[in-house]
Amino acid sequence: MNARLGARLAPYWLALPGWLWLLVFFVIPIVVMLSLSTQTGDILTGFSQTWHWQNYVNGWNEFSTEFLRSLLYGLIATVLCIGIGFPVAYWIAFYGGNHKSSLLFLLLLPFFVSFVIRTQSWNFILADDGMVLSPLKNAGLVSPEFHILSTPVAVIGGLTYNFLPFMVLPIYVALERIEPALLEASSDLYASRAASLRRVVLPLSMPGVFAGVLLTFVPASSDFVNATILGGTNTTMIGNVIQTEYFTNLDYPVAAALSFILMGGLLIGVFAYARTLGTGDILDMAAAS
Amino acid sequence: MDTVHASLTTPRTPAGEHPPQDERLPAIELLGVEKLFHSHGSTTTAVGGVDLEIGEGEFFSLLGPSGCGKTTTLRMIGGFDQPTAGRILLYGQDVVGVPPNRRDVNMVFQSYALFPHLSVFENIAYGLRRKGVPSAERSRRVAQMLELVQLEAKSDQRPRELSGGQQQRVALARALVNRPRALLLDEPLAALDLKLRQAMQLELKRIQREVGITFVFVTHDQNEALTLSDRLAVMNAGQVEQAGRPREVYEHPQTRFVAGFIGTSNLLSRRVRAIDGTTAVLEAGPDERLVVPGADLAQARVGDVLDLTVRPEKISILRVPATDPSACVLRGTVTEVVYLGTATQYAVAVTASGDRTGSAGSSDLIVFRQNAADATDVAARGDDVWLSWRPEHSLALRPGPSAASGSDPAASPVQGESDGAQQR
Ligand SMILES: Nc1ncnc2c1ncn2[C@@H]1O[C@H](COP(=O)(O)OP(=O)(O)OP(=O)(O)O)[C@@H](O)[C@H]1O
Ligand SMILES: [Mg+2]
Repeated sequence: MNARLGARLAPYWLALPGWLWLLVFFVIPIVVMLSLSTQTGDILTGFSQTWHWQNYVNGWNEFSTEFLRSLLYGLIATVLCIGIGFPVAYWIAFYGGNHKSSLLFLLLLPFFVSFVIRTQSWNFILADDGMVLSPLKNAGLVSPEFHILSTPVAVIGGLTYNFLPFMVLPIYVALERIEPALLEASSDLYASRAASLRRVVLPLSMPGVFAGVLLTFVPASSDFVNATILGGTNTTMIGNVIQTEYFTNLDYPVAAALSFILMGGLLIGVFAYARTLGTGDILDMAAAS
Repeated sequence: MDTVHASLTTPRTPAGEHPPQDERLPAIELLGVEKLFHSHGSTTTAVGGVDLEIGEGEFFSLLGPSGCGKTTTLRMIGGFDQPTAGRILLYGQDVVGVPPNRRDVNMVFQSYALFPHLSVFENIAYGLRRKGVPSAERSRRVAQMLELVQLEAKSDQRPRELSGGQQQRVALARALVNRPRALLLDEPLAALDLKLRQAMQLELKRIQREVGITFVFVTHDQNEALTLSDRLAVMNAGQVEQAGRPREVYEHPQTRFVAGFIGTSNLLSRRVRAIDGTTAVLEAGPDERLVVPGADLAQARVGDVLDLTVRPEKISILRVPATDPSACVLRGTVTEVVYLGTATQYAVAVTASGDRTGSAGSSDLIVFRQNAADATDVAARGDDVWLSWRPEHSLALRPGPSAASGSDPAASPVQGESDGAQQR
């Protein structure tokens, strides 16, 4: 009897380290932050819990532009990542031959360099008198005032560049799993290469695209490094705002409230996306078209 | 070698056995088709000079052991691989270089290759959609196919929700719905268990009769090939050893390989003692007689070693010498009796009389005897018996195009000398 009970409880015991990990690194910090977000006071006199939910309202009213901008930048970067990453993953998966692993390694190679250094080097490349613009300006091809840094193009470009591998890898995995005989069967059944791509490869790669979107959109929307290094005053993202509130203004409650608004927004977005484009539904949509 | 298999692949059957369709333009013709694969600096000859002619509406099988080039041959007909040399004609048109989507043949893949993201209905409709068949006709034809393969109830399910046999039928329907001029099937039943495979064999034959489409069927199962095919080609090491009707290939195997690969086969190697017209008399012991008729023997000379085969069911096993003086007669000792239900199988050790030359010992011949109503147990283990058969059932074998490759399933185990077979 005892033995059987033990056997039935075994999965829970085995999951214990996982639960502990979640508790220590996720639940406790989140509860602390949640409590912080409704406190008032300042860093000198100390913060006290006053259930001041107004922090959320104030945070949204003051920074709604940055919120919406972040979601927009994240969205554009994600779409660009699909546009660039899908062909790359497709090419490696179907034409990589015996060099698939080497090609994937080459793709990841730049990312062994620190995130900040990598982004900083884009700053050098795109600088107003940097290696791209100064020859163009000297040759009179672009006007001397023309600049890329501090524009949305630079920030979105940086986001796209930095999160590209998170799109390529899951799409690659999905494509790699497509049985070659399926493409032969499609071709046998009168499909042109374009039709095979649209009717077989695309639908079967959707789980990878789905994962890639999550892995790209969430971190890109909450990123602050790209806007800090490549952006200007008009490209501030919510990540920058939170950072400033926390480290410069030392307004911990508002920073915490902003974090929760961002988290809530992302969760709603992700769930809506998963509902409409869940893997199962993707396949059904492909079947109906 | 080329001349040998050229003659092998244009089989001549006794007049009157040809159905009228053989007179028409062949549906598929392979002329000197060759396929080499280059990988890691080495070259594999997957198919080495195959000539085949497949008639319209025929159920044609490619039979052979693993790695003999069956799949490669089929893939070249389907357009998935291009031949290194030679020509492939579909209804007289050279199709080398034409991609699969522009060939009027469809393939049933060994793994079925059903689209996992599409329902059974959509899998079957796939080819019609690509060809732009209007939706009303499309639905009608798909429904017809679902009925033909008896899967109406599964129309909306995904392939992974079906059993192996059901998936196999979807694959068949998905190809047939396009009404191709030929259907290529690569071991479509290999993944099924025995019971289901036998049921599906009957099903396949029924469907082929109903739709009347040319089937090119790849298998390594000789029973499957013999029961299903109108004609078949036996392949070995990238070459066609023999092509013809099942009966003809079974009863008149032309090479050692074919004799060994199809059915249970008895193989004897004896020196020619005399040639009388078109009949060779081979070395045999006293009271024994071994003759081989056949026009192919023209080249054989006295003293040459000749391979011959006799089918087990053609041999009579007797306790007394045969009365017919023209029959082939060998003496031997029963080494094994196996009851098979409808028949009994005897293994009989015969003494090779080439002892003088030191080249042969004795080998077992297999004999089948039907367990008819009046049958009695003629012999038991250890009995001395007489074996006899009509001379026309002695078939001389050519070494065959692949003799050098050393694959020889016909070689029967050579046993030590059996004292029971000593002469009186
Ligand atoms: N893509 C390829 N690259 C290199 N060699 C190949 C390739 N495809 C087939 N071969 C070789 O060609 C030969 C014939 O292969 P094939 O697949 O036609 O055999 P098969 O008769 O279908 O055998 P099985 O009954 O095992 O399926 C084999 O020796 C195989 O190793
Ligand atoms: Mg094969």
